[in-house]
Amino acid sequence: MNARLLPYILILPVTLFLCLFFLYPFLLVAKQAFNNGSGFTLENFQEVVGYWKFPISLKNTLLLAAAVVPVQLALALLMATMVNKMQKGRDLILYVWTIPLGISDLAAGIIWLAIFEQSGFLNSMMSGLGMIDRPMNFLSYQHPGIVFLAIALAEIWRATAIMLVILVAGIGLIPKEYYEAAEVFGASPWKRFWRITLPLLRPSLQTALVLRVILAFEIFAVVAALGGTLFPVLMGETYAYQFDLLNSGAAAAMALIILAISIGFTLIILRALRVPKGAQI
Amino acid sequence: MTTVDTNPGTDTRKAGRFVYISAVVLLCAWVIVPLYFLLINTLSSPDTVNSFPKAFVPEFDLGSLSFFASFAGMLTALKNSVLVAGMTMIMSIVVGAPAGYALSRFDFRGKELFRLLILLTRAFPLPLLALPLAVMFIRTGLDDTVFGLALVHTTLAIPFAVLITFSLFSGIPLELEEAAWTLGCTRLTAFTKVVLPLILPGITASAIFAFVISWNEVFAAAVLTIENRTLTAFLLQNLDTSPLHLKFAGGFILVVPALIFIFAVRKYLFAMWGIANR
Amino acid sequence: MKFKTKLAGAVSGIAIFVSAGVAQAETLFWSTQAKPVEEAQAMREQVLAGQDVDYQPNDGGPWLTRLNAELQAGSGTIGVLGALHGDFSAMNPDDLVDLGDLGVGSASATFNELAKLGTDSAQYIPWMQASYIMAANKKALEHLPEGADINALTYDQLIAWAGNVQAATGDAKFGFPAGPKGLKHRFFQGYLYPSYTNGVVRTFASDEAVTAWEKMRELWAVTNPASTNFSFLQEQLLSEDVWIAFDHTSRLAQAFNERPDDFVAFPAPAGPTGRGFMPVIAGVAIPRTAPDMDAAKAVVQHLLKPETQIATLRATNFFPVVDVALPDDLPPAVQAAGDAVAKMSASADANPGLLPAGLGDKGGDFNRVFVDAFERIVLAGQDIRAVLDDQKTRLQAIMDETGAPCWAPDAPSDGACPVE
Repeated sequence: MNARLLPYILILPVTLFLCLFFLYPFLLVAKQAFNNGSGFTLENFQEVVGYWKFPISLKNTLLLAAAVVPVQLALALLMATMVNKMQKGRDLILYVWTIPLGISDLAAGIIWLAIFEQSGFLNSMMSGLGMIDRPMNFLSYQHPGIVFLAIALAEIWRATAIMLVILVAGIGLIPKEYYEAAEVFGASPWKRFWRITLPLLRPSLQTALVLRVILAFEIFAVVAALGGTLFPVLMGETYAYQFDLLNSGAAAAMALIILAISIGFTLIILRALRVPKGAQI
Repeated sequence: MTTVDTNPGTDTRKAGRFVYISAVVLLCAWVIVPLYFLLINTLSSPDTVNSFPKAFVPEFDLGSLSFFASFAGMLTALKNSVLVAGMTMIMSIVVGAPAGYALSRFDFRGKELFRLLILLTRAFPLPLLALPLAVMFIRTGLDDTVFGLALVHTTLAIPFAVLITFSLFSGIPLELEEAAWTLGCTRLTAFTKVVLPLILPGITASAIFAFVISWNEVFAAAVLTIENRTLTAFLLQNLDTSPLHLKFAGGFILVVPALIFIFAVRKYLFAMWGIANR
Repeated sequence: MKFKTKLAGAVSGIAIFVSAGVAQAETLFWSTQAKPVEEAQAMREQVLAGQDVDYQPNDGGPWLTRLNAELQAGSGTIGVLGALHGDFSAMNPDDLVDLGDLGVGSASATFNELAKLGTDSAQYIPWMQASYIMAANKKALEHLPEGADINALTYDQLIAWAGNVQAATGDAKFGFPAGPKGLKHRFFQGYLYPSYTNGVVRTFASDEAVTAWEKMRELWAVTNPASTNFSFLQEQLLSEDVWIAFDHTSRLAQAFNERPDDFVAFPAPAGPTGRGFMPVIAGVAIPRTAPDMDAAKAVVQHLLKPETQIATLRATNFFPVVDVALPDDLPPAVQAAGDAVAKMSASADANPGLLPAGLGDKGGDFNRVFVDAFERIVLAGQDIRAVLDDQKTRLQAIMDETGAPCWAPDAPSDGACPVE
């Protein structure tokens, strides 16, 4: 087979598939953002950006991603290395840790609301332990910090497994000889982690981070369940334009803004975690 | 610590082991406890679900669950969900893995653009794309078919399949393949005999993603299926407006099959240590 | 590549097999109402029993997306649409089949007029109605302020009452549907504004409106602060996080049905310009793409039959729109809500409003004006006058763009309703 053509043949199925089921509808939708019926316009963008909630929802979305993703990365790395060291029960522990993967964001919202609401499990626990006299209102406008924390916790719980699975699969590919050699030279576990695991894990880290960050900008259902109207996020505003205001032009404009932010961060991550050709194992 | 050990080395090792085990236990609890709460509420009578303080032991009231058991169309919806998720799994891997291989092994013109296209797919909300997709499906007769919905779900799962397989192929030295070539393998046999077994865990990981994405997807399923509704479109869509006890029971019913699936394939996902020990 | 071709063959084989199974025998009833799982079940098993109907309730998003897709594609599977007045008025009347010659309609001439959507003939048929009422846990009754009659409360008394409850229990126990899916905008449009300003659009930024929002702030001070998460107050009534609540009758129903002896329903409070309240109207319509017009029309006719209307009442807690004698054995929620609505309409100071009409697809923008005013004034604590003057320009722009004339309780207008 022609080696120069081979990569194109390999990516042909995906490209065709995505052109048909993503690019084509995407272009139709994106066109609406720049069209007001009479021709090219940026009105839709001006409208959504000029809306008073836009800066708030932008800030909320970015803050949440900034708070959640690093914790998830650290947690997923920790879990992956712990599992790697395990001799007994590895299967079971890993299974338990990947459970949240199977739980949709809607279901996660239901579960965590049951924990944080006024007559919820957290209050039950605290009053059972005698820490409080009567149930506290965690999710109220008076405590924006707690609302933020609740949303962040629910997100960390729900979506860390996505990174964990990718990292575990990646760690498995690092040859054991490297660790054995390092041990012979007396490198501490900490050093082995920094000098071997992290650098060799770069391709998987990159994938995990990019996917996680993109999904973090699309967060909606968990926020709506826990934050109610208190914590507007970009995706919630997009849906409001599309389905409450029936303004698909503005909704498309919002979605394109989210897309632009996602692309920006993706490029940063790809650059920061570049996998140089020569540096491969 | 009450025991006094004269050897500081074993002491730190013991302490380290203690920290390690408690960390594992803690992390397991972190995952399981919220699910346990879901289970309690699922197995409680409506009165208990609304009471305060909440019980921490389920009372095994099956009322809420049996409501769903008698719900007409549950089994068909379950079957549809499994069918869609299965097709999504197969298609996303068959279509996605070659691209992941190409991305990791070749430098070709338009590579960066291609990667961006893949990522774009995940960065744009499906509910906005659903309208043009539905129009297209109605016109082509794909509308209201399990296969049509699986096509859309595959689109959602492809970025995961491509990127995960890409990162795994990147982790496998090219020399390994080259060695196989010199030993008389063709590119294809080198791939199937040497590379494929190595990335099986990764394939499993992307299969899990594909399954879970498809299983939990509501919007496209609600728009694109009518007679052949999936379980999520059938059930989850209206859960948030339903009374509390049914909300929890419905959530529970949706969670369980996904857990069973991950449990069933876990050994492929976690079988890599033996292989990596090459 | 052999494997792949085989697979493609298998996959398309499945597709053909699956699509062959889709024989369109049943009429698809595509609805945004009666969504909760047991209501949907009751619709199928009781209301539509014996009819060849596939009842599918959906969230607003999928409902609209599917409908628009079928209209754009020019062919579809949806036979009958069930939705609120506002959903239909956002549609292009050309996309709905004229139902004027069907020979069925509501007993209320006002409803039938609304259903014409500004055309000459009925675009949808009124299907069922509801309203918003108050409900309270009986434990709250002992805290009623002195001299207050629960069936003739004023807003001041409501605020005092909720304040008493808070003083006695230590918790703010008034509940308000301010959550993402809550119907708070209807409270402002149909209750607060008519009760304080005797208008909605004209009086949006009046001095009386400033008073109304000051009252809203006072009420919010004794409102459960988690109300921004509440969308169905029946949940909080049952969990007793809330003792006094305002919501849609069908969103309170479960509380009455589960524990009928613990709760009371009563009319909404009154302000200086009367006891404002508004109806909710759901209708049924047929899209121009319906596959079997006659079958769809038969379903609509079936839904308007008196006995079907009573079955619908039992299933959904929405009241009939035709004249029927209600039986005595109705569920507790229906009895409680029915009494409260009757008292509200019969009260001496009743100030009934109408649903916004003529707004077309700007209904959502219209609601947003009120919700934004609430979030800015009450949640963010911004200056009332400044917010109202700012929101006023948005409201005026919506009225000018749609040319919608004023509706009750606003005084009639020539042309677009002016914001004064």
